[in-house]
This record gives sequence, structure tokens and C-alpha cells, in this order.
Amino acid sequence: MQTPTLFALLLLLILVAYGTGFRRAVSTARSLGGVRNLAALPSYYGLYTALWCGLPALILLGAWLVFDDAIIRAMVLNSIADKPEMISGQNLLYAQIQNLAAGHLIGEKSPELQSAADYFSLLRSRSNNLQAFLSLVLASGLAAFALLRLSPKLRAREKVEKVLRIALIACACAAILTTVGILLSVLFESLRFFQSVPVTEFLFGLHWSPQMALRADQVGSSGAFGAVPLFTGTLMVSAIAMFVAVPVGLMAAIYLAEYASKRVRSLAKPILEILAGVPTVVYGFFAALTVAPFIRDLATSVGLEASSESALAAGLVMGIMIIPFVSSLSDDVINAVPQSLRDGALGLGSTKSETVRKVVIPAALPGIVGGVLLAVSRAIGETMIVVMAAGLAANLTANPLESVTTVTVQIVTLLVGDQEFDSPKTLAAFALGLMLFISTLVLNFIALHVVKKYREQYD
Amino acid sequence: MTDLTQAQVRERIEKGLASRHRKEKLFRGLGIGSIAFGILAVVILFTDIISKGSGAFVQTAIQLEVHYDQQVLGIDKVDDESLTWANFTGVIRQSLRDRFPSVAGRSDKRELYTLISSGAPFTLRDRLAENPDLLGKSERVWLSADDDVDTFVKSLKDSKEGFRGRTSDQKAGWIEQLLESGELKKRFNTTFFTNGDSREPEQAGIRAALMGSLFTLLVTLALSFPIGVAAAIYLEEYAPKNRWTDLIEVNINNLAAVPSIVFGLLGLAIFINFFELPRSAPLVGGLVLTLMTLPTIIISSRAALKAVPPSIRQAAMGMGASRMQVVFHHVLPLAMPGMLTGAIIGMAQALGETAPLLMIGMVAFIVDVPTGVTDPATVLPVQIFLWADSPERAFMERTSAAIMVLLSVLIVMNTSAVLLRKKLERRW
Repeated sequence: MQTPTLFALLLLLILVAYGTGFRRAVSTARSLGGVRNLAALPSYYGLYTALWCGLPALILLGAWLVFDDAIIRAMVLNSIADKPEMISGQNLLYAQIQNLAAGHLIGEKSPELQSAADYFSLLRSRSNNLQAFLSLVLASGLAAFALLRLSPKLRAREKVEKVLRIALIACACAAILTTVGILLSVLFESLRFFQSVPVTEFLFGLHWSPQMALRADQVGSSGAFGAVPLFTGTLMVSAIAMFVAVPVGLMAAIYLAEYASKRVRSLAKPILEILAGVPTVVYGFFAALTVAPFIRDLATSVGLEASSESALAAGLVMGIMIIPFVSSLSDDVINAVPQSLRDGALGLGSTKSETVRKVVIPAALPGIVGGVLLAVSRAIGETMIVVMAAGLAANLTANPLESVTTVTVQIVTLLVGDQEFDSPKTLAAFALGLMLFISTLVLNFIALHVVKKYREQYD
Repeated sequence: MTDLTQAQVRERIEKGLASRHRKEKLFRGLGIGSIAFGILAVVILFTDIISKGSGAFVQTAIQLEVHYDQQVLGIDKVDDESLTWANFTGVIRQSLRDRFPSVAGRSDKRELYTLISSGAPFTLRDRLAENPDLLGKSERVWLSADDDVDTFVKSLKDSKEGFRGRTSDQKAGWIEQLLESGELKKRFNTTFFTNGDSREPEQAGIRAALMGSLFTLLVTLALSFPIGVAAAIYLEEYAPKNRWTDLIEVNINNLAAVPSIVFGLLGLAIFINFFELPRSAPLVGGLVLTLMTLPTIIISSRAALKAVPPSIRQAAMGMGASRMQVVFHHVLPLAMPGMLTGAIIGMAQALGETAPLLMIGMVAFIVDVPTGVTDPATVLPVQIFLWADSPERAFMERTSAAIMVLLSVLIVMNTSAVLLRKKLERRW
């Protein structure tokens, strides 16, 4: 039986279980003289039966779907006498067997391969049949068990609510699981990377050239993993971005909060917010095809030499992207500054700008700093703009007109395309990912802490 | 200071007044300038994309007198098998030679053949399959032109010379001849909306990417909305205030700010390497985007739950409802509009996301339109990324057009979120 049909059948069984439980409860109640003689409403008896029927069977089915391929694979490969030692060789062999079983493989086939393919088809069909049989038996058996347990005294609502509550808790833990998943995935691969490349070389090395040599005498494929040029490149692009975003975003927020009339505010704010909703790939296209050539031509016209993948173009566009982020966060904290502080300053005769500069901004400073830190972490982790507009060459330079590369660009270039999971080249991407995760985590943590602490001050 | 008379103080204040007012004006000007800069950025971005991309919605087509000659086609009846082998390219070449009889010599002829798109034989095949009576007869058909012709014709209106690129003087002459006789026109580019990706710009379309985006978003919505709402209900209505719930909260806030590419690394290491799910599939893309949008949905759902006044809960509890009944019968329906707005915004975020999908192999060159969540697929932003890398000028036009489609979908989503909030929001 195919899995979708099985799911449909299970769903039908669950509905039947609900209906039966419900009707049983109603008929029992009638003989007792009304629903109030039951310990719960009839629908809860229905739900109780349905949960017993569906939950274990669905869990079984889910586990089966996750593990069956791996088990079949192991059994099929074990049946072959002279299988290759390498994992990649085994993968190839297994793919051949699968194709043969599906009838896609044209050409000569060895009898051994054919028998393995037959074995594979046999196991497949057995697994499908067994899965259907077991889950259906489990569902109907447990539904019958639940129906037997139904009685007017059964506290069905409490039992159902307990299950629901556990489901809610499980969903809330998804966030923790995600963090753990991120940590485990980047940590393990990074540890494998650091077995072949020392941590100190990675953190302090000045030369980045991840191409590994295929032959010993190959030119230019030394495989150097010094990540300092990437870090400086990332810092430079982010610094340019912040140089644009912080003053513009902050001044825009101040103007909107302190000066603008209601109409201007209701008009200008949504327009600025549009910038936040534009996908980053669009900014990347804009940076690579419009801003970068413009900057190159401008630099050439004043006699400077600029790369067509300059850090300036990427940073500038990234800054534009971050403007609404800075402005909306600053707007929030500026609005949270109590009006009495402003009134006091104005009453002492200061002008509006003096009030803002000497009273409002200092009072809102922690919140603004928190917002800026969040923006920095955003800039460091931004990928598409730099992938499309910044270069690939790992230059160690301080000139914004030259091309630099960043951590995220390297992660993308190392992992897109064909890859094997045992070369340091691929694993290096995970080490870079770990650096990225840790640095943004620290920045976020400080920022959230600062913002939270500040909020408590005026509440 | 104390020795100053009132008049002296006044004099000092008035002396500084002019410069203080000047500073005030400057400060104000800076504020206006910042806002103007932001608005200018929006305007430049949009006009740039629209001016580059609007051309892709029309396409150049050439009218040819086509003779479905059995001999040239090499078939004598119309059925599935013969259509597969029939030589439609030969038919097109024949009609091109008939149209320009003066062209002689191999290299000239070869150049002549490049006027028509290499996808045109398929158009003829479909026509013949639909109408088998045409075999052996002639008809006039509009066939799409090659992308070089397309680019050249479109650039003619900007300058007299036009953008030549690979187009030679001879070819330009043919094109002008066709233009004058009305056998060359620009028509609406339906190919762009019905085809998958292609190496030939004139045959490339966004259909496959759109369907890929749709399937990915469906998976994301189906997973992230229920899980996010359930998590929000637990945290807002049930969770005791202790270390564990604090940890969950800090976690959610941090995850909301983790760079999206890190989620891609997670997807690659766990879903693809560990669970061996298929590469390039919308299923895996949806899973990764679920994890990414979950914090957004949880945070907005919590805000929606918080906005429901406690009096509702107390009233329901006073009537003897259990806690679960209070939440599911009373609080949740009232908080639903807010949750839906949050979900739409989360989905808009997921739709525009590119980086994590690059990690899990959704950058493949996909020609076929995906039909399910496990088919290899790509999504609209990734398609934009792929096309942006292509050297052909015609691809730049199509990239901008794809961006316009993406942005319009996003604008529709965000506007509907705003409208939904306005319409259903209740002030207590």
C-alpha cells in the first residue's frame, strides 16, 4: 500500500473512532438520564478514543518513514559480497541498485547486481506491506481498547487535555531544538575541520585559498585556511554599511519622532519600511548591476582605480537595507523617553535640537546602542548582497574601492555545487559558520540585554 | 557669574541666539535630508528595476510562411512517435531560405538560421500535434525570435544604431527588412510565465520557480503556523515563570536574529546529510524556512495573545470552563487576526529568502515544472540569483522582470496583512 493511501485510511479510522466514542457516550448518557451524569462532555469521549487510535499509529508510521530507507540500505549492501570500502563507492552502488530496481538502468547488468536489485524490490514491498499492516492493526486495536475503557466515570477531558498540553510543550521546545541543532551541526563539522587545520592557523593565518591540491605539484592550490582576510573583509563591508545606516537611520527616526507632523509621519514611515521588505537578492542585483558600475565610473573619472566588485558598493547598498532597521528600533526607544524630560529641557529655554541632543538622545542611548548592535549583527550575517556584489578574492586591504570577500561569501562558494563531506574545503564552511553564529550570538545577547535593561528603567 | 547684571545676561543670550538657531535649522535639515535619502533610495531602486525589466514582458516574434513538407519532416503521418523524430528545424530553415532567396553560401545561411529561436521547432510540433490536417500544407506562423534579435530590436527605439552585440550588419539588414514589411512584431511574452528555466533567454520562464516557491511556502506554512501558535499558547497561557521558560524565551529572541545562512548550514548538515532527505526539494527548503520563520510567528502570536484582555479569560473561567477550553474556545479566536497577520509577514519573509536555500542545493538548473514537494525545484529568489549571473543581456531584462513579479507578490502579501489588521483588529 502506498503511504498517502495509508495516511488517508488512518485518517478515516481516526474519524470513525471519534464518531464511535461520541455515540457510545451519548447512548450511555441517555440511559443514565442526561449528559450531566457523565464525567465529561461526549465530544471528549470521542477525542479520547480518536487519540488512542491515531497517536501511536502515526508515531509508528513516522518512525518507519524515517528509518526504513537506512535499514533497507544496510540489508541490501550486506547481501553483496564484494562491496567497495569507501562510502562514496557504496553510494554509487546503491544508486545503481535502486535504478535497476526501478527499471531505469539500461545497458549491461551483472547477475549479482540484478539479484541485489531483486532483493531490494522484495524488501521494499515487504516494508510497505508490514508498515501498512502494523499501523492499521495498532490503530484499530488501540481504538477498541479505548472503547472498552469508556465509562461514565472516565475523566476523558482531563486525559485529552493532558495530551494536548504535552503537545504544546513539545512545540515550545522546538526553538531550543533548533538552537541545539544549529550548534551540533556546525560544531561537529568544525571539530573535524580543526583536526586537519589547527585552530590558530584558521584564526590568525593571513592567507586564504581553500582550493585543495589534487596533485602534489599543482600550482596555486596550496589549501591555506587563514581566515583573517575574511574577517577584515566582513568588518570593512559592515563598517561601510553602518556608516550609512546609523546616521541616516538615527536622524530619520529623530525627525519622525520629534519634528514631523502626523501626516508626514504616516507617509514617510511606510515608505522607509518598504526598504525592509525588499528581498536581499534584489539588493544584491541592484548593487552588482547599478551601484558597482556607477562607483567604478565615478572613481575612474576622479582618477582613482576601483574594482567593479568594490567593498564600497556592497557596503553602501547593505547600509540602505539596514536604514529602516535602525530607524524603527531608534524610533521605539525615542518614543519611550518620558515627555516630562523634554518639557523640562524646553522650559529651561533650550531649542528643540538642543533638547534632542542633550536630553533625549542621552536618555535613549542604551536602547539606541542595543539597536545598533543588532544592526551590526545583521550586517555581518547578510549574505546575498555580498555574494552578488563583493568579490571572491581574499584580499587583505583597507581600501574600500578594492574587492574583498566576506565570511558569508566564502560559506556560499564553498558549499554550492558538488561537494564531498570529508575534504577540509567543505568543512571550512562549517568552521566559518561557527564563527558567524558565535559572533552574532554574542552581539544579539549583549544587545537584547541592553535593550531589556533600559526598558525596565522607565516602565 | 553672580556678578552679571540682568542686562548682561540678556546680552550674552542674545549673542548666542543666532548661532543656536542656525544649529537648530541645520539639525532639522539633517533630519529632512535623511528621510529624503531613504525615500530617494526607494525611488531609485524601483525605477531602476522597472526600467530594466519592463522590456521582458514583450518578446520579438517573426512571421514565417511554413510549409509542413512530409519530405523535409521525414514523416508520412502524425502520431506521437513520428512527431518526436520529425525534423521541424529543417522546415524552419526551408522557410527562412524561401523568405530570403538571395542568401547563399554556408556561413551566411547559418547566420540566417540564427534569426529564429532554437525553441521554435517545438512550437511547430505542438501546432501540428493539435491539428494533424496541416501536414503537407502551408500556414503563416509567428515564431519567437532569437534573444540577440530580441535585444537588438528592443534597443532600436533608444538609439538609431541599437545594441548590436553579436548581431552583424547583414543580420541587422534582414531584421530591418522584416520590420518594414511587418513580418516582425513585439508581442506579449507568455513564454516567461509558462516555461521553466532555459539556457536560451527567449525560452526561459519563471513558471518552475513560481511553483517551487509555492510548494516551499506551503510546507513552511503547514509546519510553522501550527507549531508557532502552539508554542505561543504554551508560553503565554501556561508556562510557569521559571528558568526553563526563560531559557526558551531567550532562545526564541536569539533565533530571530541568527543570520539566515546559518539555518542553511543546519539544513545541510541535519536534513540532507543526517536524514538523507532529497536535495533541491521544496520539502527540505520548507523545513529550513520553517525553522527560520518560527521565531517571527511565535513572537507575533504571543503579542496577539497578550492583547486579549484578561477579563475574557476570567469570565470564561467563572462559567466553569477548563483552562484548555478558555484558550481554545475564547482566547484563540479573538487572537486569530493578529496571528494571521504575523503569519503572512513571516511567509513574506520566507518567500524572499535566498541564502539558506543555496546551501541545500536549490540552485540547480531546473527546466521541468515541479509537481510535488519532493521534486527537484528552485524558488523565485534563487532563480533571480541564477539569472543575475548569466552573461546574456536578455537575461538581465528577465532578472529584473522576475524581481518585479517577486516584489508584486510581496507587496500584495504585506498589503493584505495591513488590511487584515485594520479590518479585524479590535480595541478593548
